[in-house]
Amino acid sequence: MMTADVQANQPPAPARTLTTGRLPRLIDVWVALGALVAAALVFAGFGHLDYVAGWLALGAVLYLVAIGILASIVEGRRWATDRFVRSLVIVAFLLAIIPLVSTLWTVVEHGITTLTPQFIFNPEKTQFDRTTFKTVLVAGVWPAIVGTLIITGIAALISIPIGLLAAVWLTEYAQPNHPVRKIVTFLVDVMTGIPSIVAGLFAFALFSLLVGPGTFNGLSAAIALCVLMIPTMVRASEEMIKLVPLELREAAYALGVSKWRTIVKVVLRTSVAGLVTGAMLAIARVIGETAPIYIAAGYTRTAFNADPLHGAMSTLAVVSFRNYVDPDPTQPAVTQAEAWGSALLLIIIVVILNLIARLVAARFAPKARR
Amino acid sequence: MTATPAAAANGGGPRNTGAPTGLAAMKVSKVGDRVFLGLSSGAAWLIMVVLAGVAIFLLIQAAPAIGANWQQNAALQDRTSGFTLGFANFWDYVSPLLFGTIWASFLALLLGAPVAIGIALFISHYAPRRVSGILGYLVDLLAAVPSVVFGLWGIVVIRPFLGPLNEFLNSYFGWIPLFSGDVAKGGSTLLAGAVVLAVMILPIITSISREIFLQTPSLHEEAALALGATRWEMIRLAVFPYARSGIISSVLLGLGRALGETMAIAMIVSPKLIFSVQLLTNDNPATIAANIANKFGGANQTQADALIATGLLLFVVSFAVNLVARWIVGRTSTGPRRRRIPTRKAA
Repeated sequence: MMTADVQANQPPAPARTLTTGRLPRLIDVWVALGALVAAALVFAGFGHLDYVAGWLALGAVLYLVAIGILASIVEGRRWATDRFVRSLVIVAFLLAIIPLVSTLWTVVEHGITTLTPQFIFNPEKTQFDRTTFKTVLVAGVWPAIVGTLIITGIAALISIPIGLLAAVWLTEYAQPNHPVRKIVTFLVDVMTGIPSIVAGLFAFALFSLLVGPGTFNGLSAAIALCVLMIPTMVRASEEMIKLVPLELREAAYALGVSKWRTIVKVVLRTSVAGLVTGAMLAIARVIGETAPIYIAAGYTRTAFNADPLHGAMSTLAVVSFRNYVDPDPTQPAVTQAEAWGSALLLIIIVVILNLIARLVAARFAPKARR
Repeated sequence: MTATPAAAANGGGPRNTGAPTGLAAMKVSKVGDRVFLGLSSGAAWLIMVVLAGVAIFLLIQAAPAIGANWQQNAALQDRTSGFTLGFANFWDYVSPLLFGTIWASFLALLLGAPVAIGIALFISHYAPRRVSGILGYLVDLLAAVPSVVFGLWGIVVIRPFLGPLNEFLNSYFGWIPLFSGDVAKGGSTLLAGAVVLAVMILPIITSISREIFLQTPSLHEEAALALGATRWEMIRLAVFPYARSGIISSVLLGLGRALGETMAIAMIVSPKLIFSVQLLTNDNPATIAANIANKFGGANQTQADALIATGLLLFVVSFAVNLVARWIVGRTSTGPRRRRIPTRKAA
C-alpha cells in the first residue's frame, strides 16, 4: 500500500531524454519503512507478530523487490540494477551485524547474573549443605581461569619467540628466491588453515607416544595451541617487519652496526607496536579454542589443577562446552549457569585483548611523514 | 618506547663511535650475527618440522585403526562405549562422516559466501570512506568470538528462530527431498548448524575478498565510470574480473574453515552416522570434527585411535583445500599480472 502511494506521487518517466527520471533521494528509506509495515501486516494476518526475525527477513525481501520494480519503472533497467545491487549489499551487511550483536547480547543476558566475585575467585567447587547433609556443586570458574591462563601462557611463551624469529628470518635473512623461504611461507599459509581439532589430536598423539597412552595434561594442550598460534604470529610479524623502511636498515649498516644489532635495535624496535598487536591478536585467537584443549587436556568438573604437567586441566571454553552439553544430572542449573558465566568471561577477555591490541597499534604506530 | 624510528636510527650513530673498535668488537658482533642467524633460521625450519610432525604423529597413532579389521577387534566392538560397533572397517565408519563434513560445509558456503562477498563489496565500494574502516573492524570482531559462544548462541537463538521456518518449509516444500522428513521439535537440525557455520566463515571470506576488491586499479574503475557505467556496471566490468581468483580462493579458505569447525556442529546438531540430505530432521549426518569432540571423552584406547584416524582424514582434506586456495592466491598475487586484452587487428 505504501509502495502504491509512492508510485502515484512520481511524475511519469520522460522517455528518450538525456536525463532519465530519477527517484527522490530518500526513496530507499520510505520503501524500506513501507516494506517493514507490509511484512508486519502479513505476519499479523497469520497471527505470528511475535516472530520478529521472520518479520524483518520478509521486510528485507519486500524492500528489495519493491525498490527493484520501482526503479526499473522510473529509472530504466541499468540504474534499477545498480540501485538493486546497492540495496542488496546493504542488506547483506546488516545481515552480518545482526549475529554479532545477537551473540554478544545473548551471552551478556544469560551470563551477567552469574558473574559475581564469588563465581570468579572462589577456588572451591563443592560445598557441604548443612540442611540436606549433602555435598553440592557450587558454580565457580576459578580453576578454569587458572587453567586458561596457564595453557595460553605456555603456548604464548613458546609461539611468540618462534613466530617472531621465523618472521625475522623470512624478511631479513632469506633471499626472496630462496627455496626454503618459499616453502616456509607457503606452509605458514597452509598451517593457518589446520582445523583446530586436528591440532588437539596431534598433541594427544604426541604425548601418547612419548609419555604414555591416554596422557591428558595442560602442556599437551599448550602444544596444540602452539600449532595454531605460530602461523598467526609469523604472518602478523612478517607484515609488520616489512613496513620498516629500508633506509633505516641502510643507515644502520652505513654506521657499521652489525646485522643482528640492526635487526634488534632498529627493525624490531621500530615495529614493536605492530608486533605487540600481532601477539595480542594471536593470543585472543587461541584463548577461546575449545576442541583442541578438550582433546589434549581432558576435562575435570571439580578438581582444581594448576600443574600443567600432570592431570586434566579445564579452561573457560571447555567448561562452557561440557557444562552445557553434558550438565550435572543432579544440579543442572548450577552447571548451566557456569556455562554461561564462563562464556561471558571469555568474551570479556577476548574483547579486552582486542582493545589492548587496537590501543597499542594506535598509540605507538610509526608516524610516517610522507 | 616513545622514540621515533628516525631518532632510534640516528641515536645509534654517536654511541657507536664510542664503542670499542677493532678485532675484538668485530668478533663479538660476528658471533652475535651467527647466533642470531642460527636462531631465526632454526625457527623457520622448526615450522616445517612441526607441520611434518603433525602428519607423522597422527599417522603413527592412526595406522593401526586404519589397517585393522574392525569386526575382529574386541576393543572396537566393545559394548560399553559402542560407537564403533558394527562397522566392517575404517572406511565403512568414516565415509558417512566425510559425507556429513562436506555436506555441512557446502551448505554453510552456500548460505555464507554470497553474503560475505556482498559485505566485502559494501565495505570496499559502497560505504563512505570514513566509516569503512570501522565496519571492517566490526566484521573482524565476528572472527574473534570464540566458537563455543557461537555454539551456545546457536542453541538458544538460532534453533528457536528457525523453528517456524522449518515448519513452513516442511509443510509447503516437503516434496523437495531437502525439506522432507519429520521436523525436529527441538530444532537440532543440520540447517541450524549450517546457518551458524555460515556466520562463522563470514569474516574470513569478507576480509580476504575485501583486500582484493580494494586492490583493483583505480584507473580501471575510473575508466569504467567515465564511460558512463553505473557503479554496479563498474564493479562488474572492472572489479570482478580483477578479483575473480581472489574471490575463489577466499571462498576456498572459508570452506577450509568450515570443514574443520567443531563446536557449531557438535553443540547444535543431533548427529547420526548416516547419509542423508534432509535438513530439518533429528537424524543428521555427523561431521568428522564434531564426532571427535562428542565421542573422544568416552572412547577407549583403540577407539581413540580410530577417531584420530578420522582426524587425519580431515587434516588431509582441509590441507588439500587450503593448498589449492593458497596456490590460486600465490599464482595471481606474485609477479606481473597478465590481463587478457583482446588482440586488435591492425587497421
